Parts: sequence; C-alpha cells; structure tokens
Amino acid sequence: MLTEGRYNTREFLAFIGAGLLEDKKTVFVGTGFPIVAAMLAQKTHAPKLVIVFEAGGLGPQLPELPVSVGESRTFYHAVSASSMHDTMSLSQAGYIDFGFLGAAQMDMHGNINTTVIGDHDKPTSRLPGSGGANDVASFSRKLIIIIAKQSKRTFVNKLDFLTTPGFLDGPGAREKAGLPASTGPYRVITQFGLFGFDDKTKRLKLISLHPGVSVDEVKENSQFEILMPDRIETSLEPSDKDLTILRREIDPAAIVLGK
Amino acid sequence: MEILKAGKGELLGWHDPDEARDWVIHNKSRELKDKTMSVREAVSMFVHDGDFIASGGFGHIRVSMAIVYEIIRQKRRNLAMAGKTAVHDFDVLVGSGCVNKAEVAYCFGHELRGLSKASRKMVENGKCKVVAETSNAGYQWRFLAGMMGLPFIPSRNLLGTDTGDYSSCKVVTDPFSGKPINLIPAAYPDVAFIHVHRCDIYGNAQIDAILVEDFELSRCARKLILTTEEIVDNEVIRNEPWRTAIPFLVVDAVVKVPHGSHPCEMPGVYYYDEEHIAEWLGLSGSEAGVAEYFDKYVFGVDSFEDYLELCGGKKKLNYLKRREFLKEPMVAPWRK
Repeated sequence: MLTEGRYNTREFLAFIGAGLLEDKKTVFVGTGFPIVAAMLAQKTHAPKLVIVFEAGGLGPQLPELPVSVGESRTFYHAVSASSMHDTMSLSQAGYIDFGFLGAAQMDMHGNINTTVIGDHDKPTSRLPGSGGANDVASFSRKLIIIIAKQSKRTFVNKLDFLTTPGFLDGPGAREKAGLPASTGPYRVITQFGLFGFDDKTKRLKLISLHPGVSVDEVKENSQFEILMPDRIETSLEPSDKDLTILRREIDPAAIVLGK
Repeated sequence: MEILKAGKGELLGWHDPDEARDWVIHNKSRELKDKTMSVREAVSMFVHDGDFIASGGFGHIRVSMAIVYEIIRQKRRNLAMAGKTAVHDFDVLVGSGCVNKAEVAYCFGHELRGLSKASRKMVENGKCKVVAETSNAGYQWRFLAGMMGLPFIPSRNLLGTDTGDYSSCKVVTDPFSGKPINLIPAAYPDVAFIHVHRCDIYGNAQIDAILVEDFELSRCARKLILTTEEIVDNEVIRNEPWRTAIPFLVVDAVVKVPHGSHPCEMPGVYYYDEEHIAEWLGLSGSEAGVAEYFDKYVFGVDSFEDYLELCGGKKKLNYLKRREFLKEPMVAPWRK
C-alpha cells in the first residue's frame, strides 16, 4: 500500500499524472483526475501546457475545477471557444500530444472498457460508454490512462467490452486496423505504480512503484502478468507546494482528491 | 468499394441524400416569418411519439430543459434519443418513460457527480434499449455528414474496437491511401431542441459560448425548436451577422424561456443548480422517488416560471448568476 500521511492516494496520483505532462505541448483531457493533473502541471513545471476540452474549449486558464468538460470554466480566458468538430478534427489531424483518460477496466495492451460490465445487450452494469475516449485514444500521440483502483476486477485478461483502443491485440494491430500511425498508450497510473509498455510486445510493464508499495501487490492485483523491468524505480513524491496547490487552488471542495 | 467490416448497431435517422434534400425542399420555409410560440405549442407541433430526438448543448450545459420537461408533461412515448453526450436531459427523459431507445456516445453519467441511477436502471432491466454505440466524435460527425447532405463521412476513430463493431459505421479500404477507413453514416434527427443566448423572432440565433455540436445538429435536424434566454430585434442580428450560429432557414420554432436551461448551466449567464441536481440524483434511485420528482417539478407546475419559483425563485437565480461569475464557492451537495 502507498504510504499515506503527508498526502492521500488520490493527491499522489494527480501529482504523478501532472509529472508526465510536458510544457509547450497539448493535452486532451477527460473528466476528473486528468483535469486536476493538467491544472497542477500548468501551475508548476508546464505553464505553457495547452489544455484541450472535447466540447470546444482550447487553451483555457482554468479558474477552478470544471465539473463537466463542456462548461464555461473549460473556455475561461481560452484562446478559442469553438466546437467538438473543431477539437476532434485538430486531434485527428495530429495536433494533440497527450491524451489523458480515466478507465473502469483495462487489459495488458492498454485497451479500456467504459461501456458495460457483463453482456452488452443485457448488462450487469451499464457504464457511460466511450464519450470522447475512443477518439482521444485513436488520435493522441501519447495516451495516459489513470485507474485509481487497480485490482483483479480492473486489470483483466479479457475486457467485457473494448470501448477504447490501446494496442488492441499487440504490435502492429493499430496500424492494421487503420488507426493513425505513431499513436497509442504511453503511461498507466494506478494506486500502486507507474507503468509503460514494452516496445516489442506492447504489453504493460512496470516503471516505478509508489513509496511503500511492494512488487507482490502489483502482481497480485492483476489477472494478467505484468512485465517487470531490470531495475524498479520508486515514484517521486509531491512537494508541500504541490499539495498546497492541489488543495487550495485546484480542488478545495475535495471533489476529485477526497479529504 | 469492398466492405471490410460492418457495425451491427441499428442505423438511426439515416436517409438517402436525395430523399433528405427532397425533404428540405418541401418542408423548410425560406420565408423570414415570425416563429414564436409557447413551449406547449412547440412540443405538440414538432415532437411526436416514435421520433428520433436530439438535445443540444452538452448534457448539463446549455440544455433546452423547458422542452425536455414539456416532452415529459405531454407524455411522448417510444422516443429514440441521440446519446451525443446526453446526460441530465437523457436521464430524465429515460427515467420518465419517454425515451426507450438510444444510440450512445456518452450517457448514464453525470461526469464528476457520478453515474445516473434512473436511466441505468431502465437499461439494466431492459426497458430502454441501447441499439448502437459510438463515440463523441462519431456522433458529431454523423451530424456533420447530415448537414453536408452526404450519405457518410470518413474518419479514423472507432477502428479496431467493440465500440466500432456495435456502431452503425462501416469500414472500407480508402481508395486514396489504401488503408482501412471508417465511414460514419449521416444522421437526420426528426427533431432537435437547442437553447441559445438570444435570437430574433425568425430564429437567427447567437450563442455566446462553445457551440459543442449545435452548428451541425441545427442544420441536419428535420425540425428544430430553439428556446432562447431573450428575443432581440432582427437589427441586432444584422449588425453583427458573423455572430449568427444558427440561421433562420433551419429553424421551425422560437420559444422565449429565460433560465430555460435550469438546472443545467447557461455559460456566461447562470451556473448549474447543484442543489437541484443533487435532489434528482437522490430521488432517482427508486421508482417512487422518480415519480415524486416529476409530480413535483413537471406535473405539479403550470409554467416554467412556476417551476423556477419552486426551485428557489429570484434568490436562487441570483445565486446561480453569482456562482457562474465565480463569486460564490464551489459546492458539491451530491458528494457522499
């Protein structure tokens, strides 16, 4: 388990997410965690990060955490307030560097499910569906996925429904399906660690463990085998300044980050 | 052209492009005429049982709730709805039994507020069918193909996934690049309803915000109802014609409904009424709660003004305006 104390797990994950985003790049964000992470990145090491919202907000200076990716906060002091056709076309044409999404279920190739648990036509649990996720994962150069609760229920051998493309069934599959070249999953963040994908097999591979987490915990909380690097790093920890920004400036109502 | 893969989703609201043109030629007036009417008249004239409907805005943002409530009040049935990111609108229309069929890009969720209870239950117990899946761009581009008068538009999303396999799209080999390409079929909703900041009596409308999908949706829908915060003189439109998001040609009805998006947001005018949305989310977990909500807020009121009064009246509306302009702190009454 992640050692909580100075920070809680959700704050830690937002910090890890922020650290993956680079200055002077574009990031297309989904609801919740991805927005918090992008806001933190913008307020720390990446002030010129351009945040893109699917409903039309381009490059806003977010004054507070938006509840929806289409509300007025998402185009507050933005460089442009246009339309979904515009943001999705820019994405398809190659203008998006990072895609950042949450997910309910993921497999070893970074494919994700946010549509149903159980059978599609008679679902045990109906989830929201793709939303913009399929599009973001199809068009972004580097896709970041956050799953706050890694377990055998969320890291699965076979998805109940493949909503959003990762590397599909392995190397070359995206290109064969017709998806744009040089796109696909880049990093996965869970409460246990930070992961990437093995170059040859396009399978999930651990990069770093969060402080206090054991390799066994990572392995036990997955149906599929997670590849291990020769040397496992320890994830960086947020500074007090990062935590203050998260708590006071980004999510004072603790909606995403919790108390 | 060889079809590599055909999605098994039901093809909702598609028409042959010549049939679509013919419909426009015979049904869309070119005359600048007064289209103002009441909410009641607009729904009784333009929304019919069995229609394929689409709601403008974005789930909780700039939604024509006055029309949504009136559809519930007039008890329309067997409606199919575009789940083009349809959230609060979809949840109440499914929960009330008006909509029983959907093509889903994003539904069943209230974003940060959590999942929809009423509409999920209707799907899980089989009372509402999801007949096709797609993505947000996938839906948007159905409208784009429709407004362009094309049978389909090519795209590079949905490929390789179950979302694509359950969509109404087809994958073919692109004759130019030789690569597989997805073809998204046009959509022509029978009726769409869009809430705008202002328009004239003819339906020339300005939107002071992101358009989301409404540029395209307004132009592909067969019938279009506009609800508006205010009605302005035609000169206001003509003084700045570059601001017209929706031209009168595509509009069938104009209804003035100040605060007509409540409890959803109207960008630059008022924020979400989180207290009201929390009340819905709280009640919508049970059939009795759903019935209680609609009895109170739809069947129990005679007009949208009465509804607003019931929701807190001027004091509440003033607060929502202050909240929109960041003069009140964020609240999350739906958070457990």
